[in-house]
Amino acid sequence: MALRIGCAAAPGRAQDNKTGSWRVFMPVVDMEKCILCGTCILSCPETSVSEKDGQILFDLDFCKGCGVCANECRAEAITMIQEEK
Amino acid sequence: MVDKSLELFDCGHRACGGCGPAMLARLMLKGTGEDVIVVASTGCMEVFSTPYPETAWKVPWIHSLFENAAAVASGVEASLKHNNRTEKVVCICGDGATFDIGMLCISGAFERGHDITYICYDNEAYMNTGIQRSGATPYDASTTTSPAGKKSMGNSLPKKDMPQILNAHGASYVATASVAYPMDVMKKVEKAVNTPGACYLQVHTPCSTGWGFDGSKTIEIGKQAIECGLWVNYEMEYGELKASKKVRRVPVDGYLKAQKRFRHLFKPQPVTEEIAKIQAIADANAAKYGIDIQLNE
Amino acid sequence: MLQIMEGSHAVAEAAKLCRPEVVSAYPITPQTHIVERLAEMVADGELDAEYLCVDSELSALSVCIGSSAAGSRVYSATSSQGLMLMAEVVFNVAGMRQPIVMSIANRALGAPLSIWNDQQDSISLRDAGWFHLYGEDVQEMTDQHFIAYKAAEQHDVLLPGFVCFDGFILSHTYEPVDIPSQEEIDAFLPPYVPYNKLDAKAPISMGMYATPDYYMEFRYETDQALQRAGDAISAAGKEFGEMFGRDYSGHTESYRMDDADVAFVALGSICGTVKDAIDEMRADGIKAGLVKIRTFRPFPAAELAKALAGVPKVAVLEKNISLGSAMKGAVGPEVKDALTGTAIEVYSYVIGLGGRDIRKKDIRAIAALAEKGVGNMFYGLRTEVL
Repeated sequence: MALRIGCAAAPGRAQDNKTGSWRVFMPVVDMEKCILCGTCILSCPETSVSEKDGQILFDLDFCKGCGVCANECRAEAITMIQEEK
Repeated sequence: MVDKSLELFDCGHRACGGCGPAMLARLMLKGTGEDVIVVASTGCMEVFSTPYPETAWKVPWIHSLFENAAAVASGVEASLKHNNRTEKVVCICGDGATFDIGMLCISGAFERGHDITYICYDNEAYMNTGIQRSGATPYDASTTTSPAGKKSMGNSLPKKDMPQILNAHGASYVATASVAYPMDVMKKVEKAVNTPGACYLQVHTPCSTGWGFDGSKTIEIGKQAIECGLWVNYEMEYGELKASKKVRRVPVDGYLKAQKRFRHLFKPQPVTEEIAKIQAIADANAAKYGIDIQLNE
Repeated sequence: MLQIMEGSHAVAEAAKLCRPEVVSAYPITPQTHIVERLAEMVADGELDAEYLCVDSELSALSVCIGSSAAGSRVYSATSSQGLMLMAEVVFNVAGMRQPIVMSIANRALGAPLSIWNDQQDSISLRDAGWFHLYGEDVQEMTDQHFIAYKAAEQHDVLLPGFVCFDGFILSHTYEPVDIPSQEEIDAFLPPYVPYNKLDAKAPISMGMYATPDYYMEFRYETDQALQRAGDAISAAGKEFGEMFGRDYSGHTESYRMDDADVAFVALGSICGTVKDAIDEMRADGIKAGLVKIRTFRPFPAAELAKALAGVPKVAVLEKNISLGSAMKGAVGPEVKDALTGTAIEVYSYVIGLGGRDIRKKDIRAIAALAEKGVGNMFYGLRTEVL
């Protein structure tokens, strides 16, 4: 790939870096408890929490397992579990 | 109103888990929307978000140097103005770049009154280079260049009042916020970019690595800072205080104890006179900004 | 049509004719008359540009980066201490590949403080990735601004350039100068077309950081671009010559070099004095010549080697001092390097620092020193005050 003049690049390549590989603990959501308040979505520094059709989804390609979502969940619906790799 | 559902800060960036500044990058762009040009200073956020060729920024973004973002932004704004372009110009710079090395360029830009919004992500030390003290480091925090020791209680100097310095420049809108309150951050960013003239927003972005707490507690720590009065969220327009976040204030001890940078204040036993000095800072903040919820309210 | 004009005002006219959208500068002697004149032009509506009065040279050039990155042609000017204060930005501009043109009214560097002329300021930033043009007289330095923008903005170049001229000696001197018309310059210099720019409709990140996997390649590409800048300067200089009758296709200019026994190499206004001294020496049977360096970066090694071929002795006149170096001047070693493999002897003579006057008799004395093989020295020291 030719270097872009001035060390410039277009968006799109950040996702080459799969930060999910850093993870030790993995978030798991209990949808029975979840109230769909969206706090976990807005709190995530990795933009890796989303909601679709009433389900909270974690993008494990990028989730670093920091646990902010679990810590902030007012319904205590998210737990961090040790991931087996 | 901008569409706050847009995600303009990409995943795959290299910030530490639970990074406060990474939260801000994302929230900030929800506040600005797509019609923006971002000017970054050298620092943690610049480095974790743009190792060539993997940029996390889905909006136009430029980095030149550590100290000159406000001047670069001035130049961008001048060019946009000359060509009747509509993009908002936003600086995103750390506290070292803002409180210390960037003062000259910031002062010039605010004096000239460019239509820019300067956002400082304040994690209270030079984190990118390894947690050295800056003008934003709070009193008694232990950093690698203000270490606590037998003859030191850590940083011996008070945190510089940067917002007041920019108020003195005649900034049209000066506000503080915290990533602990994401909706407030987005609202203030949106307000700043839609306020003509130079605006300043200083956002508390707890740093688990630099402050010494678990990455899951970033927001919790941010809330504790506000609840004890060591961080105040407020808004000023043309130097006049318009609003501040009210709290039922708790003693500073809990906030301090939760972070390794203040550990020396409690071990082997509490240094009560130093803790009292920090409590006095919180009390002074509370009085100055009127944050205490009165019992009869 | 020739007009009698102060050098600084001629430079301001040239800058105006290039239609910069943003002008950002901080006042410093002897650059001030340029930016004062530009401010007047903006105030009078003669120049439709944003004129930013900034807090420092650091901000002046940083503003230029922002405007240039947003797609505007920009202009700045500085001198001496100002150039040093912006040094970090100077390197940054080149790495970010912004085709900014900046005038340098050459002035000595402190300490001790001196407002007078030498070329220490721009020479000290020779490794920064900008091309360097040096003017001998007001006409040449004026014309070099048009050429600089044209070369800088070529998409196979995209590098910034200094147009350097001796402070006071040229900046504050009135000379007859032909200022082209706006129509003529518009025909020579088309509007700036950025290679890429900050634009919300097509977002890119500029000035990212490079890991060891990429850094060297970026530096290599900048060097390659600077080499190509040489060709672009030459081509622009040739085209300018065809349009205006003043040809600047050469990076060097030879004066009475036929059968020369000793050749001077010099940059800037001193060349006028040297030419007069050569005429007198030639009249007295001393076969001296001059090779003037017009483009110092990229260094025109091949052109110099050709111009100096067969000359036994070369005396490089240095208005700079590379403190601690063997030859003392910064230009001499590069001239010597260009002549590697020949028997030509090259000597540096540090002259005229901090505004010390250089007379024709000094040039003649330096020729005699070179003939004797004595050089790499300060010339003209007042030993009585040492």
